[in-house]
Amino acid sequence: MDLALSSEYEAFRKEVADILEANRDKAPTSEDRGMKNDRRLAWQKLLIENGLAARTIPQAYGGYGAEPDILQSRIIAEEFARTGMPRPLANQGISMLVPTLLELGTEEQKTAYIGPTLRGEMIWCQGYSEPGSGSDLASLRTAAVRDGDDFVINGQKIWTSTAKQADMIFCLVRTDPDAKKHHGISYILFPMGTPGIEIRPLIDMTEAANFNEVFFTDVRVPASGIVHEENKGWQVANATLTHERGMLGDPNSTKARLVEVAELMKRETLNGQRLIDHPVFRDRLVALQARVYAMQANGLRITTARLKQENAGMAGLIVKLQGCELNHEIARLAIDALGELGVLYGVGEHIRDEGAWQWRYMYDLGLIIGGGTAQIQKNIISERGLGMPREPKPAAA
Amino acid sequence: MEFALSEDQRLLQDSINGFLDKTSPLDTVREAAAGDPAVRARVSEGLAEMGSAALFVPEDHDGLGLGVLEAVLVQEALGAAVAPARFFGDVVVAAAFRWDGDRGQQSDYLPKIASGEAKFAIALSEVVSARDGAGVTASGGKLSGTAMFAMDASDATHILVADRAGMLHVVAAGDADIKPLQTIDRTRTFHELTFDNASAEHLPNAAADDLVRLARLLLAADTLGASTAMLDKAVAYAKERKQFGRVIGSFQAVKHMCAEMAAEIEPCRALVWHAAHAIDTQDDEAPLMANLAKSHLAEVGTFVARTSTEVHGGMGFTDLVGLHFWFKRIGVNRQLLGSPEAVRTDAARLQGWAA
Repeated sequence: MDLALSSEYEAFRKEVADILEANRDKAPTSEDRGMKNDRRLAWQKLLIENGLAARTIPQAYGGYGAEPDILQSRIIAEEFARTGMPRPLANQGISMLVPTLLELGTEEQKTAYIGPTLRGEMIWCQGYSEPGSGSDLASLRTAAVRDGDDFVINGQKIWTSTAKQADMIFCLVRTDPDAKKHHGISYILFPMGTPGIEIRPLIDMTEAANFNEVFFTDVRVPASGIVHEENKGWQVANATLTHERGMLGDPNSTKARLVEVAELMKRETLNGQRLIDHPVFRDRLVALQARVYAMQANGLRITTARLKQENAGMAGLIVKLQGCELNHEIARLAIDALGELGVLYGVGEHIRDEGAWQWRYMYDLGLIIGGGTAQIQKNIISERGLGMPREPKPAAA
Repeated sequence: MEFALSEDQRLLQDSINGFLDKTSPLDTVREAAAGDPAVRARVSEGLAEMGSAALFVPEDHDGLGLGVLEAVLVQEALGAAVAPARFFGDVVVAAAFRWDGDRGQQSDYLPKIASGEAKFAIALSEVVSARDGAGVTASGGKLSGTAMFAMDASDATHILVADRAGMLHVVAAGDADIKPLQTIDRTRTFHELTFDNASAEHLPNAAADDLVRLARLLLAADTLGASTAMLDKAVAYAKERKQFGRVIGSFQAVKHMCAEMAAEIEPCRALVWHAAHAIDTQDDEAPLMANLAKSHLAEVGTFVARTSTEVHGGMGFTDLVGLHFWFKRIGVNRQLLGSPEAVRTDAARLQGWAA
């Protein structure tokens, strides 16, 4: 057990801090809106060139080309957090598609897509869930029928974030309706500008359209968009889902959120008494703090396992379930501490943090459900982690 | 950077677990619970031969000079086996002399603790929560008053007791009236100590707070071990027990209970290690982490104790499978040296969040 970093890493930390500091004037601000804002894209380019984004992606595909080093990645993340500088772009294309292509894409696909995606010039959306296929994703029915060098796609996707802004989609389609459900799926890439695609925003409980429905009517796309092999899309998708579950449950952002609530409770008063001095609210804060510390220490265990190229086992399996739940509960405490002020939402007097706590409380519930529901997570933990048997399949109707 | 147990630490775990499997299986625990003091003596002696009493004593006082991390690993194993054995007191008193004793006291006591010649009872409860008028007052080298929920007193030669001001004293066991307090947990004994002008030796650099936090972390580790054992038993039972023509572990209602227990327990393991490592490296956050570990393990342990019992259905409620020994050990750990609420108040105080 040794939590200290070697001097080599401390030197690396200084290097990162210096780069960020030297470029402070180039950092985009909240004024720079839009996914393809010039300043934002220029910042991303600068980060890649300095090895602070796309660090381990080969140079040939537009990355920085460094050897993977978990501690370096960690230090970079910590320095962004410490300096408050805008982080590298993190979208579904970068977090999910790029690792998938690196693993399973053709040379043409890698060359065409990875670079522009990393630079933020190409935005992707994910076409996985369907109205009838949520937790049972493999039952998806959006059909792709072969026609010469093309596929013709008909069907519907749901829970598609950034569909409107997306240039491209990575999509699961059924290419063999007669095969068993996991064996008739393909993973295919195509432009969102293809004729026959209709996007309808899906308003959610936060009052915003964080997701969309996407309809496909006779959408003709080239067969060269298949990743890996036809009818092997389930394997490809599983590679991607693993990347997504890694995204949801970063203990450092959870800790930052807890600190925010503690500050809020020091600032806000109830009948003249600071909330932090109110024993019941304070008790809840400390109870959550213990869980945050536990998840942070759990994160150290996972990092260590990765350094040794070992499987983190149970410590890794529980992260999505526990991390999302914890974020949700931290937001709930903030709302309860604010009491009636905590239900203000939108614009107006008395509102705190622009209603962010309510937004988080609702959005986090979406995260508990999305990316594998809490119940699916519990199946995974009990089956893969504890070796418990699968639910027997119902007899065919 | 490495946040994992070393090879030596894993070997220590394995050897203690192996020893307890052999020496303290459930039938043996039952004998101890029925009141046979020979069991505790036998298990404690075996552990001491493996170095448990010497573990936290520095090497220059004939000890092994190991750290808090090693101590919590042993305590975790003891909790997992609900072992009727002395260990907690050995570690806490070694820490008291290491941290708070003067040089003379260190030379006098530490080698005897390491060899098992001096066995200490630990009476710190009143620093945290004095009830029914309990508390000890020191005056002119003499102690008077009562101390409740003293641990490891049944075979003690000496007592380490904190007075009302949080000062630490050593008293010969023969100079106190030692009366058992019967709790739900029969795997360990707890005692009420009465001092009537008893001669006491004062530890000059005393800060009972540090010792309380170490003791709390050990209790958290004990609960971690007991909780892990209860999860393992629930999973094993659910894989065997059949109802409606299938093993109950294939029902999601049951699987999810097990998954929830695992999801709660797993981060606790890292929390306990981290808190122990923090004391060993004198991290500024060590006091906070020990309190967070104690309060959080109390909550998780309580959840696991209840849930595992439910997974066992009616059998969990009986004496036949003996699950209740773990349930009760966790229940006692939860209250010892502060309920979760009391410990969280201390954690808040450490951060300037409470007066």
